[in-house]
Amino acid sequence: MRSIISFILLLIIAWGVALSVEKIPFGESKTRIGDYYIERGREETGASNIVTSVVVNYRGFDTLGEVTVLFVAVIGLSAVLATRRKQKKGAVEPASLVLYTGCRFLFPLILLFGAYIFIHGHLTPGGGFQGGAIVASAFLLVYMGCRGRRISRTRSKVVESFGGLVFLVVGLIGLTLGGHYFLFNFLPKGEINTLFSAGFIPIIYIAIGCKVGSELGGIIDRLLEDSE
Amino acid sequence: MILIVGLLVLLMLVAAIAALLFKDLINAVIASCMVSLIAAILFYFLQAPDVAMAEASIGAALVSAIFIIAIRRTKRYEE
Repeated sequence: MRSIISFILLLIIAWGVALSVEKIPFGESKTRIGDYYIERGREETGASNIVTSVVVNYRGFDTLGEVTVLFVAVIGLSAVLATRRKQKKGAVEPASLVLYTGCRFLFPLILLFGAYIFIHGHLTPGGGFQGGAIVASAFLLVYMGCRGRRISRTRSKVVESFGGLVFLVVGLIGLTLGGHYFLFNFLPKGEINTLFSAGFIPIIYIAIGCKVGSELGGIIDRLLEDSE
Repeated sequence: MILIVGLLVLLMLVAAIAALLFKDLINAVIASCMVSLIAAILFYFLQAPDVAMAEASIGAALVSAIFIIAIRRTKRYEE
């Protein structure tokens, strides 16, 4: 009986959502800011990926907020897990040879792919967050497949703090050097569609990629260590 | 094209309902991972490869891993 009632409620909610979505004119521009980004984004920021020019340049301050949210989440998780009492570690059952070798073989390739995604964030789709998540999934593969292997926690902390510092310092340099907003692009734009272009966007994205990768990898590391 | 998208959406719905109905929570996690993967493919079809990448790596890989770690600490079967 309860499931029937909840199903009917669900249908009503779906009907309401469908009614409201039906009125939205999809595919038409409702604000002019999107057209502005598409028309002027390339020449103003030097990044051929419009999404990147919005995320790092026009909306750089929001990105700082996103990075901070992730950072706070990691701090909260470590605080919650740190209060648990350490228990004795049982013997870890090793993975089979095929899995172990496969993980060891795939790990550098996935790491390289993640690094490629955040280094080429201004040229191809993707960026710091996506690349960082892929790097973290490479760490996840190692944690799962090669049991007992751990990435050094101090090193991951150093990388994380380095990423955050670079982001903040570059943004503040832009603020002082003539710009009147955070993350003013003060480096030369360079030739469009080349790796060394778009001013500081690659630098920021490398910093975000390092930070997100080490943070998400750190979350997996803490949770796995706690569960073993 | 529209046929493929329709098929994918149907598959996504089936996977989402399966994730709700499975009593074995590992199976439910795999079904929800499938939902994320199909969502990533749909994002790609909608010309949002950035979002597709984030959805595939976070939604399919990391979130499933975190769920599985949590299930290992608790119970595997739903009553």
